[in-house]
Amino acid sequence: MNSQDMSGFPLELQGETVPMVSFRKVTKSYGNLVVMDSLDLDIAEGEMVTIIGPSGSGKTTVLRMLMTLETINGGVIYVDGKPLTHMPDGNGLVHANDRYLRRMRSKIGMCFQHFNLFPHMTALENCMEGPVHVLGLSKKEARERSEELLAMVGMADKRNQHPSRLSGGQQQRVAIARAMAMRPKVMLFDEVTSALDPEVIGEVTNVIRKLVAEHHLTMLMVTHQMGFAKDISDRVCFFYGGRIEEQGAPEELFGNPRRERTQQFLSAVKEAI
Amino acid sequence: MSYLEFLGQYGDRILSGTVVTVVLTVLAALLAVAIALAAGLMRLAPNALVRGVATVYIEIFRGTSLLVQLYWIFFVLPLFGITFEKFTAGFVAVGMNLGAYGAELVRGAILSVPRGQWEAALALNMSPAKRMWRVILPQAVLIMLPSWGNLLIEMLKGTALVALIAVTDLMFQVKQINGTTFQSAEAFGTALIIYYILARFMLTPFMRWLERFMQRRLGRA
Repeated sequence: MNSQDMSGFPLELQGETVPMVSFRKVTKSYGNLVVMDSLDLDIAEGEMVTIIGPSGSGKTTVLRMLMTLETINGGVIYVDGKPLTHMPDGNGLVHANDRYLRRMRSKIGMCFQHFNLFPHMTALENCMEGPVHVLGLSKKEARERSEELLAMVGMADKRNQHPSRLSGGQQQRVAIARAMAMRPKVMLFDEVTSALDPEVIGEVTNVIRKLVAEHHLTMLMVTHQMGFAKDISDRVCFFYGGRIEEQGAPEELFGNPRRERTQQFLSAVKEAI
Repeated sequence: MSYLEFLGQYGDRILSGTVVTVVLTVLAALLAVAIALAAGLMRLAPNALVRGVATVYIEIFRGTSLLVQLYWIFFVLPLFGITFEKFTAGFVAVGMNLGAYGAELVRGAILSVPRGQWEAALALNMSPAKRMWRVILPQAVLIMLPSWGNLLIEMLKGTALVALIAVTDLMFQVKQINGTTFQSAEAFGTALIIYYILARFMLTPFMRWLERFMQRRLGRA
């Protein structure tokens, strides 16, 4: 990360409606290639925000920066009112140390395009790993929590199977249960259906619908499933060239896109279907 | 003297030499695995000094002859006040040499665990040490096991060099027998067969078993 002037950024977000996630002038670049150009994005607690856009537009980078899988070159990300990769030091913000980072990271969970289950652990062990070895729960507590979540995603009967014995859709459902077992406040879904066969996409999207209906989670999702995005999101952001080109309620953005690039993208997607 | 008579007369010495070779190989293997793990992990450390120490170690022990290293440990280190008994010097030299090769296997295997595994472990907020021990290493072990099989066979054969500092291993015994009987074909032929049997019918099946065992643990069998 480059040294930068942090004076314009508050040590903590205050007020009546502090967003759960807030990107403030966040910039990310690889050498001269700017992949995120001064992003400003607020996500309210309990809100479901979907990011769509052409490949290379920086959609996934938004999630990866929030999960701290990517460092940022400028700006500040706030989670639950507190800076994520910076910490207050005196009157200013400095880069967070590991301890602070781990405390902040515990608020966030993520599911990946390729599931990334641990192959040497069963479905149940995958779910118990975090609760036991990160949260310090007893094995009994972790098992109860994990079995409950595996039942919720419809994987209770496969809990003793290793990932290699599960289909893509099944693996992704276990991955969702694994992330949920950490009780995050914010859940990130990074193209979770992109690597799946068409006929099993529904089993994963149904689990996400269930999460939206039953849990008061803040969610940020990158997807190519426009229909799913349309009927599940509170808000849809269309990314183009590392910036939000247009955002709005799904019926508005899909029904009446204002920007030319959004119109082009949506009609191209429609043609593909 | 027929070969059977030869075996009858020198069988005991050949057997005791074989036992020394096997014990030496096992001890050297344990040492090599420990060193390989430590040096392999050090090579991936964020700290440049830690990485540097491991790199220098690997360069020295991979880049120079095992025989010279053996002589150094047995004949030169005592000049600096570090004295090893010859058997110890033998397995330490072999273990340190093969440990340097093993370190690169460890490093390579860790790097070939898919990046997504690191990311998933980080997303679960695991500490760097837990990410390594609980997620990456178990998978890396399976990746590196076949190469370790080769390395351990190299090691078994490499132990023959310790005969040169008078450790009474298999090679030492048959050399002695040859020196007194001049029955070179019988003496060295027997050693050849025993090394082959140890490598082919003991080490290799053991490594295969270990691979299957680890695969079962990964749910792949």
